[in-house]
Amino acid sequence: MPGTARAPLPPSRLMRQRVRSAWLFLAPMLLVLAAIAGWPLVRTVYFSFTDASLSDLEARQWVGFANYFSVLHLPSGRTIYDGLLVDPVWWGAVWNTVRFTVVSVSCETVLGMIVALVLNAEFAGRGIVRAAILIPWAIPTIVSAKMWQWMLNDQFGIINVVLLNLGLIDGKIAWTASADTAMVAVLIVDIWKTTPFMALLILAALQMLPGEIIEVAKLDGANSWQIFWRVTLPLIRRAVMVAVIFRALDALRIFDLIYVLTPNNVHTKSMSVFARENLFEFDKFAYGSAASTLLFLILALLTISYIRIGRISLDGGR
Amino acid sequence: MKFFHAFRMLAVAAMLAATPARAVDLSIVSGDTGNGIKVLREILDRYEKESGNKVTIVVMPSSTTDQFGQYRLWLAAGNSDIDVYQTDVIWAPQLASQLVDLTAATKDVVATHFPSIIQSQTVDGKLVALPIFTDAPALYYRKDLLDKYGAKVPVTWKELADTARLIVDKERAAGNRDVWGFVFQGNAYEGLTCNALEWVMSNGGGQIIEPDGTISINNSQAAAALDMAKGWIGTISPAGVLAYQEEESRGVWQTGNAVFMRNWPYAYALGNSEGSPIKGKFDVAPLPAGTGEGARPAAALGGWNLAVSKYSKNPDTAIELVKFIASPEMQKYRTLKTSNLPTIQALYDDADIAREQPIVPRWKRIFLNATPRPSAAVKVKYNEASSQFWNAVHETMTGEGSAADNLADLEATLTKLKGSGW
Repeated sequence: MPGTARAPLPPSRLMRQRVRSAWLFLAPMLLVLAAIAGWPLVRTVYFSFTDASLSDLEARQWVGFANYFSVLHLPSGRTIYDGLLVDPVWWGAVWNTVRFTVVSVSCETVLGMIVALVLNAEFAGRGIVRAAILIPWAIPTIVSAKMWQWMLNDQFGIINVVLLNLGLIDGKIAWTASADTAMVAVLIVDIWKTTPFMALLILAALQMLPGEIIEVAKLDGANSWQIFWRVTLPLIRRAVMVAVIFRALDALRIFDLIYVLTPNNVHTKSMSVFARENLFEFDKFAYGSAASTLLFLILALLTISYIRIGRISLDGGR
Repeated sequence: MKFFHAFRMLAVAAMLAATPARAVDLSIVSGDTGNGIKVLREILDRYEKESGNKVTIVVMPSSTTDQFGQYRLWLAAGNSDIDVYQTDVIWAPQLASQLVDLTAATKDVVATHFPSIIQSQTVDGKLVALPIFTDAPALYYRKDLLDKYGAKVPVTWKELADTARLIVDKERAAGNRDVWGFVFQGNAYEGLTCNALEWVMSNGGGQIIEPDGTISINNSQAAAALDMAKGWIGTISPAGVLAYQEEESRGVWQTGNAVFMRNWPYAYALGNSEGSPIKGKFDVAPLPAGTGEGARPAAALGGWNLAVSKYSKNPDTAIELVKFIASPEMQKYRTLKTSNLPTIQALYDDADIAREQPIVPRWKRIFLNATPRPSAAVKVKYNEASSQFWNAVHETMTGEGSAADNLADLEATLTKLKGSGW
């Protein structure tokens, strides 16, 4: 039937059967996802529209958007705006988080690329070096944060001692105390910790490259620099973009590192730290839920726009 | 036959497991400084031997701010894994609804404790926690260094700064490069609220929020107190002090690198312990006073208590355990080991304590006159109010805005937080 080849065929019995078993196989995973990701998310969004308090969750009442934005007209004629959307502390936390994400992910990408290029070369002992470079990534964040906290201590920390002995600084720096260096300290630790992750993902992409392309480029007289910019980088671009998404999503919800290093410092407070503080420390469970909801929306928005701008297809095609 | 034998063994085992067990497993959660956890374990070992029950300690970080968030979460989730919580003196009004009322069970012992401490743990007529030790800070000073330079123990903050600067300058000139004048708790957390409350109070600047709920912090004497403290940073105190909690300041002090330290009594026993470089070289004095009108020495009241979770599966055994740890014998044991101040009045006349930890009888007067933080007036909003206060202080000390401006802003945010009432 050459004429009807383009028209959609009614699904065959075999096809229907396969679709059915596909759903059957997927069902347990979907159920688990709904239970551990979907349900908590829905609950959090719901709580953000109530006045819930942790002292008595059952006594909550629906308050609409009051946690996000509310207007109060005082008898004196003054108008007071309230809620998360006009809370300077929250926007400070958003700015801290975005700044942290941009700087840390950029540094990690560049450093990770360099490390990956080095590891991609053939040299003796490559296996050991590859394993060694992964160590910072393998240490649990809490442990490495605590370790760095001691190394960054102003009086007995090794970093100050080394810098002082090298003559790079003339007095001990209070890394986590002052507004100028607190974010720097957090960035140093994060870059140290997650560069290996970047390096690993980029290295995987590099190893997928067919060697012939490089050979051909060399035969055509391209130098190493040209090969990197014109051949290697375009070919691994998609992998790098995906790695950057993973890292950026991770960085935008940064919590543990900041919580250990500089827990209450307003200059490093991230969105997650802000949410936790309101949820559990202050008597503002609903407000914290609203912050968590906004955090989710901001994350989703940034990811979607990044994918759009980078024209990355996550389902494998172009 | 073999199979039958195995079956019989299994049946016996099942029966053994099913018979009502006399011994109970309890767990207690505590975050403590210094050797507090070790001493608690020793006390629990004695309890286990006497009662046959088993008690596990769940160890938390020493920062009260960190502990509170976790406890609140566990209690809100109705967690039955934790039977006994070690609670800060300021938490009672915030956690009261989720803790067991101890009034009836402790009728026989409450009278032996200081009434003011029992009062601080009573919310709406309900005793929510039984005190195990109380806290009032001391000014630790290096006797040897003060003698060496002929300096007196300071009684005002200004004298403290002058003495510290003098000694630091001379010591540094003599080659002791790492020495600092004064360390305290400057990190942005509950401890800074205690420290700053003392500066403000001692300068006649009120107690942030008065017992009747009035927000009094925005005044010139309070601003002067913060300006004074800001002047210490980088001169007599390391800039890093703004990231120190209790243990970090004790680290600098106990390695012999500070002339003065503000800390709780627990540092007394540790400073005099075997192997401490400053053993026998230091003493304690009341915190200095300010210079403004109404200036007087002030101390923030601290202290820790034990509360039983409403969700405990063995509340009666848990109450027994609490009473055991809070008993005079165990408080005495704790005080001898940790120099924590007991909450039982009679122990201040105890000869052993006076000999081993001479700070204790001397500190009775100080803690009885100590200023409570405004947790009773502010109730459930206390943590947020305290965090606004410590942030304003921390900003001032790191040089973000003047003390006067930051306190004016603080008054505005506190007023907003207060709303129609605390």
